[in-house]
Amino acid sequence: MNAKGKIYRISGPVVIISGLNTRMYDVVKVGNEGLMGEVIGIEGDKSTVQVYEETSGVRPGEPAENTGMPLSVELGPGLLESIYDGIQRPLPVLKSTMGDFIKRGVFANGLSREKEWDFVPVVKKGDKVSGGSIIGTVRETQNIEHRILAPPNVSGTVEEIKKGKFKVDEVICTLSGGKNLMMMQKWPVRKPRPVGKKLMPKTPLITGQRILDGLFPVAKGGTAAIPGPFGSGKTVTQQQLAKWSDTEIVVYIGCGERGNEMADVLNEFPELEDPKTGRPLMERTVLIANTSNMPVAAREASVYTGITIAEYYRDMGYDVSLMADSTSRWAEAMREISSRLEEMPGEEGYPAYLAARLSEFYERAGKASTLCGREGSITVIGAVSPPGGDFSEPVTQNTLRIVKVFWALDAKLAQRRHFPAINWLNSYSLYSKALGDWYNENVSPEWIKLRNDAMELLQKEAELQEIVQLVGSDALPEDQQLTLEIARMVREYFLQQNAYHEVDTFCPMDKQYRLLKAITVWGNKAHSALESGSPIEEILKSKSKDDLAKVKFEKDFEGAISAISKSMDEEFRKLGGR
Amino acid sequence: MIKEYKTIREIAGPLVFVEKTEPVGYNELVQITLPDGTTKRGQVLDTSEDVVVVQIFEGSGGLNREASVRFTGETIKLPVSIDLLGRILSGSGEPLDGGPRIVPEERLEITGAAINPYARLPPKEFIQTGISTIDGMNTLVRGQKLPIFSGSGLPHNEIALQIARQAKVRGSQEQFAVVFAAMGITNEEAQYFMSDFERTGALERAVVFLNLADDPAVERLITPRLALTAAEYLAYKHDMHVLVILTDITNYCEALRQMGAAREEVPGRRGYPGYMYTDLASLYERAGVVKGRKGSVTQFSILSMPGDDITHPIPDLSGYITEGQIVISRELHRKGIYPPVNVLPSLSRLMNSGIGASRTREDHKPVSDQLYAAYAEGKDLRGLVAIVGKDALSDRDKKFLEFADMFEDRFVRQGMDENRDIETTLELGWDLLSALPEAQLTRIDDKYIQKYHPAHKGKEKKE
Repeated sequence: MNAKGKIYRISGPVVIISGLNTRMYDVVKVGNEGLMGEVIGIEGDKSTVQVYEETSGVRPGEPAENTGMPLSVELGPGLLESIYDGIQRPLPVLKSTMGDFIKRGVFANGLSREKEWDFVPVVKKGDKVSGGSIIGTVRETQNIEHRILAPPNVSGTVEEIKKGKFKVDEVICTLSGGKNLMMMQKWPVRKPRPVGKKLMPKTPLITGQRILDGLFPVAKGGTAAIPGPFGSGKTVTQQQLAKWSDTEIVVYIGCGERGNEMADVLNEFPELEDPKTGRPLMERTVLIANTSNMPVAAREASVYTGITIAEYYRDMGYDVSLMADSTSRWAEAMREISSRLEEMPGEEGYPAYLAARLSEFYERAGKASTLCGREGSITVIGAVSPPGGDFSEPVTQNTLRIVKVFWALDAKLAQRRHFPAINWLNSYSLYSKALGDWYNENVSPEWIKLRNDAMELLQKEAELQEIVQLVGSDALPEDQQLTLEIARMVREYFLQQNAYHEVDTFCPMDKQYRLLKAITVWGNKAHSALESGSPIEEILKSKSKDDLAKVKFEKDFEGAISAISKSMDEEFRKLGGR
Repeated sequence: MIKEYKTIREIAGPLVFVEKTEPVGYNELVQITLPDGTTKRGQVLDTSEDVVVVQIFEGSGGLNREASVRFTGETIKLPVSIDLLGRILSGSGEPLDGGPRIVPEERLEITGAAINPYARLPPKEFIQTGISTIDGMNTLVRGQKLPIFSGSGLPHNEIALQIARQAKVRGSQEQFAVVFAAMGITNEEAQYFMSDFERTGALERAVVFLNLADDPAVERLITPRLALTAAEYLAYKHDMHVLVILTDITNYCEALRQMGAAREEVPGRRGYPGYMYTDLASLYERAGVVKGRKGSVTQFSILSMPGDDITHPIPDLSGYITEGQIVISRELHRKGIYPPVNVLPSLSRLMNSGIGASRTREDHKPVSDQLYAAYAEGKDLRGLVAIVGKDALSDRDKKFLEFADMFEDRFVRQGMDENRDIETTLELGWDLLSALPEAQLTRIDDKYIQKYHPAHKGKEKKE
């Protein structure tokens, strides 16, 4: 048994190597072309390897070599603005070395070895350094200061520290005992990076999407799932979140999804501006793209690559959000490999460890005080693509057992072009209470009541609709007809949001508050006008009502909504005067 | 030197197990010669030092343990040259039209490599198909993969042919080259396609691969790959815009399931293999536009939904990969409406990037949204009318109800040779919407209402 062996058997991405000394999850180079793979099983002197590249033409007897390292990512300056495949090979580098199509056997470093970064130390000679503490900083992009951390398993006293321009693999710090530190560190993707202490989340992630921020908020450091049948808007929602979430760093994983959609993201992100800083959104983003026709084993790894990068920025004290689109493709990759291994299948052919893998992944989210003493968080938002839109399938069910926020996409809503097609009756957020204080302080003390009233109204509408289905809306008493109309306003004027409209695509919290408030005020006035005898036909003719429909698209929202409030008062005064 | 082996140990369905060979590569092409001299071809599915598993494309009929097996040392390749245009080939790439063999300019791997997402150009070139429900509401763009979800007995072939005839990019006279791959369709259907290609002269710029219903099922697994390889060659080497029509994806998936069963794999949903998503993706994802290359591959596949069930694994997995779907409705077909496209569950994901001021018209998106919303509402009301009767509806609701009928009768319905340009489609949309109260057009910006609504259009000119 040694570090070199040979191929015994090949079946798609699963290759069996004989005579190679391996540990579980070691990275192995397979065949004459040195295709990258990972050990996922050992039996006797045979190791089972899942290979991240296409294996056509590979033959038994070809050599295999163990690198002795688990699958790791390179962490250091240069991650931001990068576009990686599932095993952290930069796609632009792959394009320049092998052309427009992904070929195999090409190795590429995750971080550029050429680029020099301006390193500014924050420790000095004689300082004590422990695992995860900050030894210096690099300006990675205009608004992100990259904090160079000591690797979590290293500590000692600084003997030498440098300052100036360095490449990521040059020594910048030497600790007692001769331990050299570089700006780059490696970390095995399947192992969570350690933190000081996990904390309870208490600030909301502001996404600029009214139904999410308004009705079903997720906390910074929380977990959310977006399940929905195809065509219900999962990807658009995920992309909106990646664009507008108010975290400092965004990691977007396109896991087994469409190439054209990924191309759209790759094209669009560099051109979009961060609403807070005015800089290109790409400067705070790491993209991981492993499309559905790229190798399935790399798809399985892509989720881990992404979360490890997210953890690294959290360790610096940043709020990170991670979007995984779609976790179902990840689960299917597990299923595919599991079936090649002829493992005993669990539900619907998925491996029995599906639930464990999903929960391990989502547990890597959270708010924490990091080893360097700062607070950071990772918010994980996973899209789920249930077959046939059936939420009872294993991936959705196992995900829902873990996540705290559930945004249920609804094909019916999507069909009538109600976007975002998130069903307000089925969705939930378990963070609403914990975030209450934040809303009171930062939005308005009224906000929670407004939101609860809106939810109640929508629930009421659903009940009334059942009656309408039987007897028609004209048979309802007038006050209930009015209730239906106000609920429709909440749905169409507030919940509907156009991701492709330049103004409406992002809606700040204050605007959400003013809009919902105006609709509620109109509703209250209308009800009291009805009580004091105004005919419902007259009330429904209200011009301010029609104006409310379009106010969300106004560039000058402030001006428009104030004008509507005035004209609303005026209208109802006239009505009441009769 | 290529050796021959007479060491077949076992034959199970289309699978042959061969013992004690030299190292054989995964996915390698295999030739098997029967004692009577006939040859069959196959592909390596699993290879180890002891046993090689080969799947036979032509089926294992007549095969016995005396047959000799030859491993060719290379994976399956398609000989390509520009002369492919106008040719009719079998499902495994042999000439069927009596013409000569293709003199290859190149021999390309049929599995194809994934396009680096970074090298892709997001598709945004509007393709006018001349069909209102597609152009107006589910716009197709160059480089998209948009399947037709249909059912048995529905006119999906007619629609596919109409699109192949009429599809063009506006402002250019370029016609699409068509690559047509038949997988397990009947001889009759194939003839229908062929005669239409001949009638319209489309055959000259078409490559046809035919795997018919009585051809071996295993061959179906390579037919679409041959077709896509030909398409990529024409697109990326000869700068052509290629429209690929694959029909019927359902037959392809059945073949996949058959192979999975023969290999005794653990089945997934309804017996289809667990890797069907990845396998289908390796077909569908071969559509696209590559930066810096002039040509493009657009896919328009036909898929018949077993039992009209859109949640069946085949349409379901397809829908998760393709960029939308055109759903054919039996209900509309029964009403005698052609093309019976049900717009509500139909979708084109790339529509938004293909339409708008510089591509089609500025009001395209809002008009389409409004048509969707109004038709959805009208259809809901039909359900209500069935219970409470029309008289119980409010005036507003009655208008929506009428709208739904008019929409089906005038917007959806069109002739098989009726080629509507996008302006005609949008004007028709406005015409129908003008029957609704103006205040109900909440999806449309006021400025477009002023500019395009029939009630205002004339006035603006007078001022």
